[in-house]
Amino acid sequence: MSAAARREYHRPLDLRRGRVELAHGAGGRATAQLVEELFLAAFDNEWLRPLNDAASLPMPAGRLVMATDSHVVSPLFFPGGDIGSLSVHGTVNDVAMAGAVPLYLAAGFVLEEGYPLADLKRIVASMAAAAKAAGVPVVTGDTKVVEQGKGDGVYITTTGVGVVPPGISLDGAAAREGDAIFVSGTIGDHGVAIMSKRENLEFQTEILSDSAPLHRLVAALLAACPRIRVLRDPTRGGLATTLNEIARASGVGMLLEESAIPVAPAVAAACEFLGLDPLYVANEGKLIAIAPAADADRVLAALRAHPQGRDAALIGRVTRDPDHFVQMRTGLGGRRVVDWLTGDQLPRIC
Amino acid sequence: MKFVDEFRDAELARGLAAAIAREADPARRYHFMEFCGGHTHAISRYGVTDLLPPNVRMIHGPGCPVCVLPIGRIDLAIGLALSRGVILCSYGDTLRVPASEGRSLLKAKAEGADVRMVYSAADALRIARANPDREVVFLAIGFETTTPPTALVLREAHAGQVANFSVLCNHVLTPAAIVNILESPEVRSLGTVPLDGFVGPAHVSTVIGTEPYEFFAQEYRKPVVIAGFEPLDVMQAILMLVRQVNERRSQVENQFSRVVNRAGNLKAQALVAEVFELRREFEWRGLGTVPYSALRIREAFAAHDAERKFSLVYQPVADNKACECGAILRGIKRPVECKLFGGACTPETPMGSCMVSSEGACAAHYSYGRFRDREAVPAPAAAVQP
Repeated sequence: MSAAARREYHRPLDLRRGRVELAHGAGGRATAQLVEELFLAAFDNEWLRPLNDAASLPMPAGRLVMATDSHVVSPLFFPGGDIGSLSVHGTVNDVAMAGAVPLYLAAGFVLEEGYPLADLKRIVASMAAAAKAAGVPVVTGDTKVVEQGKGDGVYITTTGVGVVPPGISLDGAAAREGDAIFVSGTIGDHGVAIMSKRENLEFQTEILSDSAPLHRLVAALLAACPRIRVLRDPTRGGLATTLNEIARASGVGMLLEESAIPVAPAVAAACEFLGLDPLYVANEGKLIAIAPAADADRVLAALRAHPQGRDAALIGRVTRDPDHFVQMRTGLGGRRVVDWLTGDQLPRIC
Repeated sequence: MKFVDEFRDAELARGLAAAIAREADPARRYHFMEFCGGHTHAISRYGVTDLLPPNVRMIHGPGCPVCVLPIGRIDLAIGLALSRGVILCSYGDTLRVPASEGRSLLKAKAEGADVRMVYSAADALRIARANPDREVVFLAIGFETTTPPTALVLREAHAGQVANFSVLCNHVLTPAAIVNILESPEVRSLGTVPLDGFVGPAHVSTVIGTEPYEFFAQEYRKPVVIAGFEPLDVMQAILMLVRQVNERRSQVENQFSRVVNRAGNLKAQALVAEVFELRREFEWRGLGTVPYSALRIREAFAAHDAERKFSLVYQPVADNKACECGAILRGIKRPVECKLFGGACTPETPMGSCMVSSEGACAAHYSYGRFRDREAVPAPAAAVQP
């Protein structure tokens, strides 16, 4: 958009004191102004710039992967991130878990009438920074405004596409008896960060969300060990729920070793205090990898060689089990089932 | 984690397990009831059962507050939330307890009722102060541990004249429930429920002390060991119970001496006595109507008593016929012996209250221990070689 065209608006958006108005979503001049002065200014790239209804994109050869994720987290700003960066990381990671290189993002915003434009600007800036850091541009988008009281400030849906390099085949149904199960780092950080903010809990060490894009860790891991069978990011429902999903899809059981599962001391303490089990608490920057036992050493080395996998650990093995139980040897020396999450341990965390 | 890891140490657990195995007489069986849901949860969550010899069996007792809350009491709360337009506040698990016609407070919320989950009674009072034009009702449940906080907010609401705040009181008493179990024909005369002793409550005892249990030890000749909620606490208590049984003693012993004393928390007791009085009788899910087993709000605080304020009339409602919660809460049946367990009744779709809270006998067994119900698959070897 040229400077001459921008002059069509009588006054620039008041990004300090202004608020979202219904007109910003009505499709008229106010919508165009919001898109240009806020979204385009932040996300600017050659595919978004023409502001056509659809972005026109070059695609490399290979298998296309597509994922979408809606973000409704409350609060919108939390220690270690905000809904903007989270909406980039969430979808980049979903694409990456298919073994794909993420290429483009689309973003849909549902804004609540009355939401401060200054806060929206912070969110958009954080989202743009996250997209830039991940190297994945936001190439198209949409904005709608709902009446006051019918939303919760900002909801963001992002859709991502990526391409899977040849030779890589990941599938949640691919785990086999004897395989090794890894987690790339400490679990529960994101959910506890949200919860501590929500409950105004203060701990000696502030617990930060682990929200981060994982595609570079995935690329390093697959380069070192292309035979990896399953990659998953244990978001809602945590490690326990994700492992149950894999066990069911693959028709196997699992046996975990509680003492091997990394949990940051502050997160463990907060979970103790809040009555949560870290196994069920959400992560936004961790992955689960399942690989043939013969590759276990190589996988662990590749994970630990990457800054995002520094605390990676081998946490268990895939077993034969007609009931698809995920079991765990407890730190105390007993055994228990690690079941699916029941109900909603923490609502609105991502 | 300091002050926690010490009570979950695997090596100490092995030592205690070895001592229990060594001292338990192979010629006899030991049946101990852990009264509290907190103990049930710890036993299941840490797999304590795997560390006990086969002739030492734990029976899960009725000390899970949401499990013993009868349908009729939840119905009262749902009625308030749906028909009287109040803001109904309660603890998380309470919202999922199944009530009449397959309803629950959570489902009422989905139907448009203003139901809010709170972490404490004080949160409910805060909500009342923030919404002076709305009636706010706190659905209070629990044993002696959660009673003092409710008493405190009632006193505060009374002093601060928070006219729109009231409490639907369902606080119940531990000793009355223990007497009920000991007096049941299955234990007393029929002998169908062998009961050799109790792992006594942890947090409840911090309030009431150890003295109230002395009566059971003397009158019913059952040993009681008050224990903390950590797995090593439970294991040590089991060892102490095995020793009492072997030595034919029936005494009250205090494993949880780091927190509990004989007299309990006198300040909390005085506070409770100021605000509450005994109910003549109260219905418990599973145990039926138990005399003098619950508390109600005293006349002086009547303005904040939801039962008086909204003229609530209690209607008892029978449980689902196939539901065995009653027998399970009294130790007569085990969860797997219920036809509904794991099929129609799961933590996602609880039919009976024992399936609601992770402290409930059925939910604890389903979520943590149901692999034990099948023998076909042998226990796999260690998952990760250290």
